[in-house]
Amino acid sequence: MMTKFLMLLMLLGGSLMAGATLDAALIHTLANGESDEKIRAIQDLGALATPEAVLVLKSLSDDALFVDGEHVFYLNGDQAIDAVTGLALTPIPESSDNVVINNRVRSELNTALSSLKLFDPKPSVRRKAAEALLNDVSPDMLPVLTKAVAQETDAGIRELLLLAVAQINLGSPEASLRLSAVQALENSSSPNARNLLTILLDPAHEPVEAVRRAAQASLKSVDNRLALSDALARIFSGISLGSILMLAALGLAITYGVMGVINMAHGELLMVGAYATYVTQGWFRLHWPQALEGYVLAAIPVAFLSAALVGVILERTVIRWLYGRPLETLLATWGLSLGLIQCARLMFGAQNVELTNPSWMSGRVALPWGLSLPWNRIDIILFSLFVLALVWVLMNKTRLGLFVRAVTQNRAMAGCMGVPTGLIDTVAFGLGAGIAGLGGVALSQISNVGPDMGQGYIVDSFMVVVLGGVGQLAGAVWAALGLGILSKFLEGWVGAVIAKIILLVFVIIFIQRRPQGLFALKGRFVDN
Amino acid sequence: MPPWFKKKQQRGFGSGDAGYARLVDNSAVDLSHGVILYLEDITVSFDGFKALDRLTLSIDDGELRCIIGPNGAGKTTMMDCITGKTRPDSGSAYFGQAMDLTRMTEPEIAAMGIGRKFQKPTVFERHSVFENLELALKRDKRVRYSLVAQVDDEVRDRVSDTLQRIRLEGEAERMAGLLSHGQKQWLEIGMLLMQEPRLLLLDEPVAGMTDDETERTAELFQSLAGQHSLVVVEHDMAFVASIASIVTVLHEGRVLAEGTLDKVQNEPQVIEVYLGR
Amino acid sequence: MRTPLLFRTLALFDTTGWIATGLFVAIMLVLLPLLHLALPEQSPFYVSSYVIALLGKILCYAIVAVAMDLIWGYGGILSLGHGVFFALGGYAFGMYLMRAIGHDGVYQSDLADFMVFLDWKAYPWYWSGTEYILWSLVLVVAVPAFLAITFGFFAFRSRIKGVYFSIITQAMTYAFMLLFFRNETGFGGNNGFTDFKRILGIPITSPGMRVGLFMLSGLTLLMTLLLCRYLVTSKFGRVLTAIRDAESRVMFLGYNPLWYKLTAWTISAVLCGIAGALYVPQVGIINPSEMSPANSIEIAIWVAVGGRATLWGPVLGAFIVNLAKSYFSVAFPDYWLFFLGSLFVVVTLFLPDGVLGLWKRLRSRVRRRT
Repeated sequence: MMTKFLMLLMLLGGSLMAGATLDAALIHTLANGESDEKIRAIQDLGALATPEAVLVLKSLSDDALFVDGEHVFYLNGDQAIDAVTGLALTPIPESSDNVVINNRVRSELNTALSSLKLFDPKPSVRRKAAEALLNDVSPDMLPVLTKAVAQETDAGIRELLLLAVAQINLGSPEASLRLSAVQALENSSSPNARNLLTILLDPAHEPVEAVRRAAQASLKSVDNRLALSDALARIFSGISLGSILMLAALGLAITYGVMGVINMAHGELLMVGAYATYVTQGWFRLHWPQALEGYVLAAIPVAFLSAALVGVILERTVIRWLYGRPLETLLATWGLSLGLIQCARLMFGAQNVELTNPSWMSGRVALPWGLSLPWNRIDIILFSLFVLALVWVLMNKTRLGLFVRAVTQNRAMAGCMGVPTGLIDTVAFGLGAGIAGLGGVALSQISNVGPDMGQGYIVDSFMVVVLGGVGQLAGAVWAALGLGILSKFLEGWVGAVIAKIILLVFVIIFIQRRPQGLFALKGRFVDN
Repeated sequence: MPPWFKKKQQRGFGSGDAGYARLVDNSAVDLSHGVILYLEDITVSFDGFKALDRLTLSIDDGELRCIIGPNGAGKTTMMDCITGKTRPDSGSAYFGQAMDLTRMTEPEIAAMGIGRKFQKPTVFERHSVFENLELALKRDKRVRYSLVAQVDDEVRDRVSDTLQRIRLEGEAERMAGLLSHGQKQWLEIGMLLMQEPRLLLLDEPVAGMTDDETERTAELFQSLAGQHSLVVVEHDMAFVASIASIVTVLHEGRVLAEGTLDKVQNEPQVIEVYLGR
Repeated sequence: MRTPLLFRTLALFDTTGWIATGLFVAIMLVLLPLLHLALPEQSPFYVSSYVIALLGKILCYAIVAVAMDLIWGYGGILSLGHGVFFALGGYAFGMYLMRAIGHDGVYQSDLADFMVFLDWKAYPWYWSGTEYILWSLVLVVAVPAFLAITFGFFAFRSRIKGVYFSIITQAMTYAFMLLFFRNETGFGGNNGFTDFKRILGIPITSPGMRVGLFMLSGLTLLMTLLLCRYLVTSKFGRVLTAIRDAESRVMFLGYNPLWYKLTAWTISAVLCGIAGALYVPQVGIINPSEMSPANSIEIAIWVAVGGRATLWGPVLGAFIVNLAKSYFSVAFPDYWLFFLGSLFVVVTLFLPDGVLGLWKRLRSRVRRRT
């Protein structure tokens, strides 16, 4: 939104400042000159690096630059914009040819455009351009780079650009330039900088002692920063994993933790939520493509309701007859999960289905310390906090929650006091199932959606609930976060599979030491 | 160190785990001072609520003691502490002079000669009455003996003696689950007798019994006192009056009064607790 | 006076039980092998090697079901990880089978093919001795027993019961599955062990070997039934069921449930291991998917379908479910999961005592009417 507004502003600004902006001779050479002349014109426009120049070059690249006698113009919506003045031409010229370029010119044009991307109004585009530069930078880009550094407002991109400048300077024959480049790299936190500096430690590469020593110092500070950012990244991905575990486990914390129903079909309720998201996306594509970006938001209630509906049906038909017989419940719900999986297979096919992240959930956000975090993970962490708050309020602040807690503590007494226990069971189970559906929405944005997806989460989510302690929402939250972070750190040391095994063994041992979980209830009623 | 690790250490990993179920000659309990059970300063708290608060109590060998007290006075928790189900936070519990109950597991304590009847009659509902009593019989209770144990004449004699005593002669082959509530209470008492304990802990033994049954239970208990020590928790004051010489009143986890029933019934604090002034 | 062993053995079953045993022996150990070996293939009564392989496989499953019944039906402990003991027994014997391939593998190397593929130079230490069938048979018993004792000791000592126990056994088998999926674990990763050639020099596909394994499985099932029957009718069994129904009462009688549960649990695990060892040569493959939680939970349904705490019921259940499975996977592959799923639901809702219980109920109703 913001960026679009900026772009509009720039366009407006460009047309207001008309006239002096671009050299008419240059534009005409570009439009009518020979190939070699065109190339020179492109290079000149590239060096200008103004928004107007970018627009002209882009139009050329898109075959949308036209010549009509004395006017060179491009199209912007319904208007024809004069390339020299930047003003709208009225009336729109009737007969015109577009400017044709050959492959040699086109490749030169692409180079120019890609370095011009450093001046693009969208930070994400500038970032990508800067990142591309780091892999392939040539000394003749120095003037463009210097200009870009001066204009850059985003700290993260500026850092990348400075790194590119330093990279060029490191290759310079002048020792003083190299030294200042090394010192400039001290503040970097990218692995590339580390690689560059490591090369300089070799006397064969760097003859000057002082530069080598400076490189050593810079390397150390870069390493420290890298270690920090690595640790932060791990904590973040741990929290992210934890938030997913929590979403998967929160519904279970109600059905199992509070109601005492072992629902082995819980993973399949996640799957129902994910498929509901998929169906919502399909509906938007078909009926309301303009709003496709928002399908995830619309999927939240859809997934909640569909999973809750499935949950209510399961509760009414099967689970309610098995209250107080946990082992039988376990087996019956396992059977239900098999049925749900097969249903999904028959309805949507055995293959995974395709879901696209909306743009506001894709891409990454850059933070200091060289950290860049994917948007979808951040959104899911926020979403899980939202769901957590929702569940907490429902269970602790509403009459429904009061009833649920009353029924689970003493069914007969609650019944005597006029609580409709049967209805409360159904509603509570539906709620737990609906929350599993919400978890499914989140999962659909980061992992594969397929009939078997739920199976992978059932062991994990039971671990979370059991570890956290039955009947304890807070326990489930801490257990999920703890398991998430621990597993990410372990993955760093021993790899994903062994990390998972270690965690399972850890949970098994933990439960043996402390069967009631992290947050235990104590007292006479515990044993029963 | 997290608190639960400390808890575990107190429980004493393998504190004589190996030998607990061996047939123990429970005359080995050191009764040189005539005291069979001695609780001192026992405190148990659940999440800040003190179920027992520095409880001190002693039972003499051969005594029949009744414990009364309003709900939540800590009667059942006290029994849990004696039988090893609950570990006290502090304080000590001795069986005879030398056996520290706070360091023993439930089966160890049972094998040493403390039998317990639960508040809710707990028998093996899917075993026959005969099997219930046979399982309770004082024998070596380790796995390797159970694997080869056979029902011999001695077992049959012992069981039929007890059946007679608890008046279930005709029911030997019946499933215990099919007995009436009162019969279950009697069966459980019968199981206690088969264990030949030195000390019997009985939690509301006459609840759900007819007057006739209650009377017979009182007779049985009085006949047991002397060779055995009995601690009876009961709300039925008529029953208490019919059996007890000494009554202990618990309130909020402490001993409020102790003495003959007449004496404690006239103590002002007891009246206050029961009637609420 | 102690009753002589013979009488005690005879007392294990009632008349119906011995008739069932006799029928079982006649069909499984005499009739089917004869029909397979003695008749020409064209004969209408010829039993094909497919049938022998299928039934042999189900016999192994039936052993597992009986073992599961011992711990679940009588001990009240629902294990969702019995697949791991089965698979460990299978892997232990599979190591011998892999070594017995000799140089006939694809790479004609001393090492197993998957090790050559991973560029390993020697067998890892835990493979040592597995070229001897006796040592691998020791492992078949010892490995599941060791795992069962360690896991069971800590779990039962911490008084983990009911659903908690079920869930951590599920986590256990899941962890083992992940472990065995790794190539570095040294058990062939994803593909596990396969392409077996011979046992004690006899080709594994020869009719004699096939029938031999089949009969051995039948015999093992019979021994398992007798052993479990002995256990559950002894005082040990009465204590075990007492623990199932009222554990704290048992403790206050002076029994320590830990050792009773642990004994039953370990015996059950070892029986599964033996079943796994018989299963692998008959099926010709063992891989980590045998350890998937889904497989273990399926064992529970065999027991439930047949009838818990009946011993013969689980045998019946294993046959019913697995025959249905092989029928469905050919006839309606899409509906097998529906069938299995509804089996779980129907049995728990309407047949708490399984098929045997239903049979008993119907019979007593008919008797009452006449």
